[in-house]
Amino acid sequence: MTTYLLNRLAIAVITLVLASMVVFAVLEIIPGDPARLMLGMNANADQVELLRNQMGLNAPLALRYLHWAGGLLSLDFGRSYTYSVPVIDLVRERVVVSLPLALIALALSTIIAIPVGLFSAGRHGRAGDTIATGAAQLGVAVPNFWFALMLIYLFAVWLRLVPAGGFPGWSAGVWPALKSLVLPAIALALPQAAILARVTRSALIEVLNEDYIRTARAKGLPYRAVLWRHALRNAMIPVLTILGLQFAFLLAGTIIIENVFYLPGLGRLVFQAITQRDLIVVESVVMLLVAAVIAVNLLVDLSYAVVDPRLRSRQ
Amino acid sequence: MSLLEIENLSLSIGDTPILRDVELFVAPGEVMGLVGESGSGKSITALTVMRLLPWSARATGRVVLDGIDILAASEDQMCALRGDDIGMVFQEPMTALNPVKTIGEQVAEGIRWHTKASRADAEDRARKMLDRVGLPSTKFPLSRYPHELSGGQRQRVVIAIACALKPKLLIADEPTTALDVVLQAQILDLLRDLVAENRMGLLLISHDLAVVTEMADRITILRHGEVMEAGDTARTLSEQLHPYTRQLAQASMHVPARARTHEVGQDTPLLQGAKPLLQVDSVTRDYPGRRPSLLKRAAPIRAVDDVSFSIDPGQSVALVGRSGCGKSTLARMILALDGPTSGTIRFRGEVITGKSEAELKPARRDMQVVFQDPYGSFDPRQKVEKLVAEPLHVLEKKPTNTERREMVAKVLHEVGLSPRDMDKYPHEFSGGQRQRLSIARAIITRPKLVVADEPVSALDVSIRAQILDLLAELNQKLGVAYLFITHDLTVARAITDQVMVMYDGRIVERGRTSEVLDHPQSEAAKALVAAAPDLHRAIARRLLEQG
Amino acid sequence: MTLRFDIPEENFADILVKAFTNRSFLAGFVITALVAAVAIVSFFWTPFDVTKLIIADKTQAPSPAHWFGTDHFGRDILSMIMVGARNSIAVALVAVGIGMGIGVPLGAFAAARGGIADEAVMRLNDLVFAFPALLSAIMITAIFGPGALNAIIAIGIFNIPVFARVARAGALAIWPRDFILAARAAGKGKTLITLEHVLPNIVTLLLVQGTIQFALGILAEAGLSYVGLGTQPPMPSWGRMLFDAQTRMVAAPWMAIFPGMAIVVTVLGLNLLGDGIADILDPRSRRQR
Repeated sequence: MTTYLLNRLAIAVITLVLASMVVFAVLEIIPGDPARLMLGMNANADQVELLRNQMGLNAPLALRYLHWAGGLLSLDFGRSYTYSVPVIDLVRERVVVSLPLALIALALSTIIAIPVGLFSAGRHGRAGDTIATGAAQLGVAVPNFWFALMLIYLFAVWLRLVPAGGFPGWSAGVWPALKSLVLPAIALALPQAAILARVTRSALIEVLNEDYIRTARAKGLPYRAVLWRHALRNAMIPVLTILGLQFAFLLAGTIIIENVFYLPGLGRLVFQAITQRDLIVVESVVMLLVAAVIAVNLLVDLSYAVVDPRLRSRQ
Repeated sequence: MSLLEIENLSLSIGDTPILRDVELFVAPGEVMGLVGESGSGKSITALTVMRLLPWSARATGRVVLDGIDILAASEDQMCALRGDDIGMVFQEPMTALNPVKTIGEQVAEGIRWHTKASRADAEDRARKMLDRVGLPSTKFPLSRYPHELSGGQRQRVVIAIACALKPKLLIADEPTTALDVVLQAQILDLLRDLVAENRMGLLLISHDLAVVTEMADRITILRHGEVMEAGDTARTLSEQLHPYTRQLAQASMHVPARARTHEVGQDTPLLQGAKPLLQVDSVTRDYPGRRPSLLKRAAPIRAVDDVSFSIDPGQSVALVGRSGCGKSTLARMILALDGPTSGTIRFRGEVITGKSEAELKPARRDMQVVFQDPYGSFDPRQKVEKLVAEPLHVLEKKPTNTERREMVAKVLHEVGLSPRDMDKYPHEFSGGQRQRLSIARAIITRPKLVVADEPVSALDVSIRAQILDLLAELNQKLGVAYLFITHDLTVARAITDQVMVMYDGRIVERGRTSEVLDHPQSEAAKALVAAAPDLHRAIARRLLEQG
Repeated sequence: MTLRFDIPEENFADILVKAFTNRSFLAGFVITALVAAVAIVSFFWTPFDVTKLIIADKTQAPSPAHWFGTDHFGRDILSMIMVGARNSIAVALVAVGIGMGIGVPLGAFAAARGGIADEAVMRLNDLVFAFPALLSAIMITAIFGPGALNAIIAIGIFNIPVFARVARAGALAIWPRDFILAARAAGKGKTLITLEHVLPNIVTLLLVQGTIQFALGILAEAGLSYVGLGTQPPMPSWGRMLFDAQTRMVAAPWMAIFPGMAIVVTVLGLNLLGDGIADILDPRSRRQR
């Protein structure tokens, strides 16, 4: 057990370090001088040079990386060029929008997908299964931002049930804030739910072909009991894998969805920062998202060990 | 009055008829052996009694268990029967248990389901049942997971599940086919005792006539979904009235005719001046073991331990042993597919250990291999011509296309196939034909040594007899030496001059085949010989018992 | 993740018969062929010229003249969807090509070598997987400038680990088989065995993954174009059309509905095709026949 955990942890740390190097390197090769960008077009060369020294841009590459990575560890991401405030403040402000959005979407997707998958697998090959898989097949094909547009048209423009976009902030009360997250969360969740339902179904059907299912049936357990007691837990590993991947996908999905709904989240922040060439912000937010993905994958790896006793005793 | 009555049972899956007018009776406390080759419909018959058939199966006729019409019963009624009145043991112990549940949970589950007992009571009964099948609580607590058990131990758990509620009928579908002979004997003993203790009826399904003869009071012989003959075991097999029964019995005991020219002791060849073809000198192979903790170093697992022996040109040698004794590892090292940790292997006098693939080419030309599984040993994407010609890769001079086709045609003819077969794909052949292809591939370079890893154990008895004949013939005709890796002593007896017995990585006994098998000296050899089912012996014993 | 699969043992003709009796495959094949045909036709003919702006005809509702209506510049939506199809297909296809071309050799190499090489390839995979694909695509296009070419590269890079993983898992399932041992006993090296025995046996797996990545590529290209980082105007693209439609949802909903449907139909077709192929080649489905 411990060897497995330590091994996974080591892999996560290595991936994180490599990822930080990649982010750092990519932003190093971007054309454009941050100091000049901050000072504007009219600044003279001396001023730029002075600022470059102040920002540590003239230090050797390795030193600059270490300085930057050290800052990340202590949550000191530096200051935004365009907003002139510490990046951490921007992140803190935005994360309260993005994180609830992603979590609601993930929860929604799971709540829809697992029962549908179970339903389908339990009726493998029958009419209910055909309808459910057909719906899932369609759901997978829908781009979430188009789905978002259709939702806006239907619920905000036509039925006027929810706002078409924008975010009142949590200070305006939990309910209005949640209300403005409903459509974006649905738009994000449904296509993901379709994928998850398909994976759940096929994992279950695969497991239902195993010999130990026959053993369980030979004990006298009815089909449904076998599905719940024996098949579901064995089918969890592929489902967990996809859940982990979906978290990463949802994080990225928020970038587009936040744009559709004008939500002031991390995705919108990074998108604006890219167009404004606010590299410190880009670098920090990307690193943050990458760290979140790696953390979630680590969590998924650990949950494998909870589900599967074989992993607990293996190296 | 019979416990199980099957009459006029016909069954088809989709449009394919599987069973026709099958008739079979099992009395309470009786052991009924159901024998047949693959595709005879034995397993389907068992699944019909359990009503665990594929959904496209259609059955007609009468199947009655203790007064209950199985074919007409509702699914709820069947659920009440399964596990309570009928228990079933399957062939593959490695996959028959749920990997994420403890053995305690899995044995107790059926008990709780049927008796509505409390968890504690059910676990208590599960504990007793596991003790009974030979898994004592000190070494096998209920909290063990299946992956922590060996194949034989897992089969004991499956038996515990099947017998937990003392069913009236136990169905065992090839319960020992996946196990080695020693385990097989243990599991059969256990089944015999459980059946006697609880007066259960046992429907024992097997392809192995010797196993069934040792176990069953009566037998039913099935072929292509039809009953050929049924009756008292000893009489049926000693009289052999039905031609198919005779064919099966003879094939089971078949010994190919071969001139025993190589019946020389292991020390004699040097005196005769002949150089050994293969010489294995104190070869050891370690595998990295599991680390007990992060800080401790893992103790290596020794698969092969200081093994030395030699094989003369043209000699046929068997390497027998229980599964996991290291015989396959040794074979891979001889074939230079794996390197030893220490020791050397000489082939035709040259050292082949630690050589590069290019340096090995001449040796590979004279050394080929035949595998156990006729289905897994061919790339399904390639045609026979290419597959059989694959070893020609080691030739100095690449043959032209026409030369290659000629060579393949010749070798196909030698193994009893038609040269026209070379443009077919492997899936167009039956299991026995594929094993012929496998042999064709092995002899196309005219090797001096063929290593055969359980070459007939996946085949039906009648096919097995033919393949043994072919191997014996090639041994005579081409003078090729064989190293047979097997756990089946009848194969060793049929086709080899010498036997080496391997146990726990070491060779513990070597000698003339008849000598070793009739008068084993080492404990390992004695255990193997005692456990090996033997049709002659079994029939004789049955007749003796019945007077 | 370990992968288990049986290699189907059938002739090409058998497979063909099965293909055309499989509903999923048939539907997917027809839809995909239709989309491809539309894309090809668009090179020679479209109902209207998509490069001409006719402001007088702007935002017209669907009519016999303009089946799908017109956009805010008076361009025919149907014609734009046709041209957009070839753009989407081109981007996604090249991205799949990049992913396969680099990913499959990497995965096959990792499986053949094992040990450190395998570990290195897998860690590299983890690294790429750690970057949410769309986010990184946005970064890449932002750095190197928006445009179809950079969109292709961005999507292609993230196909590499996907194919590497599938190829590796498939190859690892092939390597322990007896016929590989037989080839080794015939003195064949790892590269030759990979080419002769491993790759031909995992081709179908790669094909299935290929259709999935193709579909995802179309979605990704639409997403990138939608945020303005993919295909640039005046070249019509489905994502860009949706961006233009967004602010005109109330006045001209058809501007959003039809391009979106084009994406849905194309992706649906490809997914059905992939499912169909997987179905046909899955020996379990055969056992149930």
